[in-house]
Amino acid sequence: MEGEFFIDPQRCIGCRSCLAACMECGTHRGHSMIHLEFIQRDYSVQTVPTICMHCEDPTCAEVCPADAIKRTPDGVVQSSLKPRCIGCQNCVLACPFGVPRYLVEQDQMMKCDMCYDRTSAGLKPMCATVCPSGALWYGKREELLEIRNRKPLEHFKFGNEPVKTKVHFMVPEPVEVVDVDIRRFLQPEKKDPMRDAVWEDSAGREESQVER
Amino acid sequence: MAAIPGSLESLKEQFGPHLKFTPEGGWQRLGEPDRRVNTHCCFCGQQCGITLLVKGNEVIGFDPWMDFPFNQGKLCPKGVKRYLQNAHPDRLLHPLVREPNGFRPATRDEALDATVRSIQKIQTQYGKDAFAVLSGASLSNEKSYLMGKFARVALQTREIDYNGRLCMASATAGNELAFGIDRACNPWSDIPLAKCLILAGTNVGECSPITTDYVWQARDRGGKIIVIDPRMTPIARTADLFIPVRPGTDLALLNAMLRLLIERGYTDEEFIRNHTVGFEKVRETVAKYTPEYAAKICAIRPALIVQGAEMWGRAETGMLLHAKGIEHHSKGVANVLACINLVLAVGRFGRPGCGYSAITGQGNGQGAREHGQKCTQLPGFRDIEEPEHRAYISRVWGISESDLPHKGTSAVELMAKIHRGEIKGLLTISFNPLVSLPDANFTREALEKLEFYVGIDFFLSESLRYADVVLAGSLHEEDEGTCTTVEGRVVRLRQAVKPPGEARVDWEIVCELAKRLGRGKFFNYQNAEDIFNELRVASQGGVADYFGITYEKLEKNYGVFWPCPSLDHPGTPRLFEDKQFYFPDGKARFHAVEWRPAADVPDAEYPLYLTTGRVVYQYLSGTQTRRIGWLTEQNPEPTVEMHPRLAEKLGVKSGDRVRVTSRRGQVELKAEVVTTIRPDTVFIAYHWPEKMSANLLTQRALDPISKIPEYKVSAVRVEKV
Repeated sequence: MEGEFFIDPQRCIGCRSCLAACMECGTHRGHSMIHLEFIQRDYSVQTVPTICMHCEDPTCAEVCPADAIKRTPDGVVQSSLKPRCIGCQNCVLACPFGVPRYLVEQDQMMKCDMCYDRTSAGLKPMCATVCPSGALWYGKREELLEIRNRKPLEHFKFGNEPVKTKVHFMVPEPVEVVDVDIRRFLQPEKKDPMRDAVWEDSAGREESQVER
Repeated sequence: MAAIPGSLESLKEQFGPHLKFTPEGGWQRLGEPDRRVNTHCCFCGQQCGITLLVKGNEVIGFDPWMDFPFNQGKLCPKGVKRYLQNAHPDRLLHPLVREPNGFRPATRDEALDATVRSIQKIQTQYGKDAFAVLSGASLSNEKSYLMGKFARVALQTREIDYNGRLCMASATAGNELAFGIDRACNPWSDIPLAKCLILAGTNVGECSPITTDYVWQARDRGGKIIVIDPRMTPIARTADLFIPVRPGTDLALLNAMLRLLIERGYTDEEFIRNHTVGFEKVRETVAKYTPEYAAKICAIRPALIVQGAEMWGRAETGMLLHAKGIEHHSKGVANVLACINLVLAVGRFGRPGCGYSAITGQGNGQGAREHGQKCTQLPGFRDIEEPEHRAYISRVWGISESDLPHKGTSAVELMAKIHRGEIKGLLTISFNPLVSLPDANFTREALEKLEFYVGIDFFLSESLRYADVVLAGSLHEEDEGTCTTVEGRVVRLRQAVKPPGEARVDWEIVCELAKRLGRGKFFNYQNAEDIFNELRVASQGGVADYFGITYEKLEKNYGVFWPCPSLDHPGTPRLFEDKQFYFPDGKARFHAVEWRPAADVPDAEYPLYLTTGRVVYQYLSGTQTRRIGWLTEQNPEPTVEMHPRLAEKLGVKSGDRVRVTSRRGQVELKAEVVTTIRPDTVFIAYHWPEKMSANLLTQRALDPISKIPEYKVSAVRVEKV
């Protein structure tokens, strides 16, 4: 089906259904091409799935010494071509999103290819189909804008490097670029989920987070 | 009457749980499926539609079933991996008979005859009621109905109950008292239309994942979400208002919110006057629940209560959904009634975006609580003590009313009767009491005292290690039938494959037992549809009326919502559109309920609260999901969740082993130090058995009306090991 891919990490509930379903797919059975992490489990249950963002100027392809990574005319970046991949893993290191995987048994880099076998047959990618919370969504842009309040964005900045992606990242209205600068994350703001809870300490006194 | 035969290690080696990671023949096995079967998930009450891919007699994979309207192709990871339970190395391929050092395979004849002889021996020696049945809510409607009939007509015992006692019992009692009917008041399609949602004691993201998108669609349309839970769960993370109540205190919060609705004029006076009774008593009762009073009980800031009442009161439309966090209490029914009061007070029933529902947990938690496998129930939500209901069902079953037993004992109390020696024999199906019941040490002692224990199952569960005979039954995908989803939608379950080896479809086994007990003429069914057609008649005229539902109608319409009294009736997605509740005067009932403490509260020796629950990768007692490799890999063992403040006091960091002790028992598990839980509370997921069982700590305190155990509140102490 004609559609675009939208990822809204705010909706992720960490169920990993996307991974479970991805690894069932034909060409790479037993291996999920996507992964999902807790951002910081001790402070939050927030999780984020990582799928291939299908960059316009894919870094993985740029750093491949064997010219094994190709992009289709409609912008889907594919797994490495088996005859060409030399298993050097430059792409694994270079991808700003951490997407490519080097599969040892196959001696080949494989990655999310937006379920090319499904989309070319008029189906949605598997992860976006099963995702219970709508964090991964595939369909027509106009349809999504009707039902959601966030804005699709394709612009990232990793330090000084701008990256433009085919996959859309849902962000709040004012955000113009997703700025992944390490300095922003060194002193994260941690809001205590239990700031409104009250409890007694061992001396039987009432205390709460704010009082400390 | 005994401990397990042989050693735990040898039983586990032979019967598992073993982890299956790859499909039969490995991941690279090629081949297109021969057949694609549109059916439903075997796990929770959401009953997601799913397509099973079949090759030969094996389920080799799945595909999303886009057209089923409830989930439209969405699935949680359990549904995705479910197919791996098929062709599993631990699968029971023939009946088993106990020996001194283990189990040996037996022919069906031998196993069935041994079972029947033992039943007859026990009933002759001790009376009919000395043999009991514990059934389950993952069984289809056909089988749920059959088990109730089997107990009363074949075994002629009054003792039957089921694992829904541990699940929906409080919601049932509350709904019946308030509305006269026990079903979701609204289809799920109403949820996105709510301008305010209260989610009370429901970990939607982990226990009913598909409901998440419904909730967030409401949010996308500007709705406000209020979440009440001692833990910040995935659904709570983006809540507009998160109220982290201390375990066991929700009732105070709910009463306080109601008091504010009244004080600030948010109540729907016309609705209260014309469509309800009992409001005045409630008004008086909640008067003392000021925000400060309730906040002290709930151990939260009073401002939250005011915010909650304002958000709920001001919204044009709204729904309240709750699950076990509200229901698993020795005042579970009172909690449910307090929730219902909050919705009645604002008149939000019978129209789009307005309503209320308990979120049914088990696969057929709804249907299985309607058709008579409960100790007080007859099909169609009828009452086994009601003379008219007894007369009707006796006629349907072709027995005389004097032969129909009277009410029996609920599950937790039934296990206590076994422990006391009053019940000597037990048959279980779709129930793993050793993992699921509270106070696991007590359950184990009880099982050891049974003179005869027979189980129908597809794996040797932890409970069945104590059995004398195990009859090899069928997986969900090996049987035909129907079940009823969280919404009250009856759906069609399709058989994808046949049971392997000497395993048989569950209902055939039950009918075979009935026949050998000399009661075969009452159990003469050629197929599941025959049972369903009898169920239709048995439920006709009852509150849960299935008479107008046929397999064909279900297949054509993606299910039908009951009540559906006649063949041309389309079913009833939304209740109370006519504001008529199921009482003779047509009015809903308010109930005045007071907060009281839980049964087992912290003291100097056990200073902390323990609450228990689930994780998304495991289902209930884990008999199936703890045998699926990928699911178990995501969390291989339960942890003790605790707040850094508590961890600091105990000198514990994440990964350290801690001992958690209650008045019943103890466990040693790894700590998981997170800020997403109250500092006075610890959490342990209950899917694991033996030394990792959270139920070693819980207690058998029951709600006096629903008889549901208080899983959500126990007093414990925690120490670093």
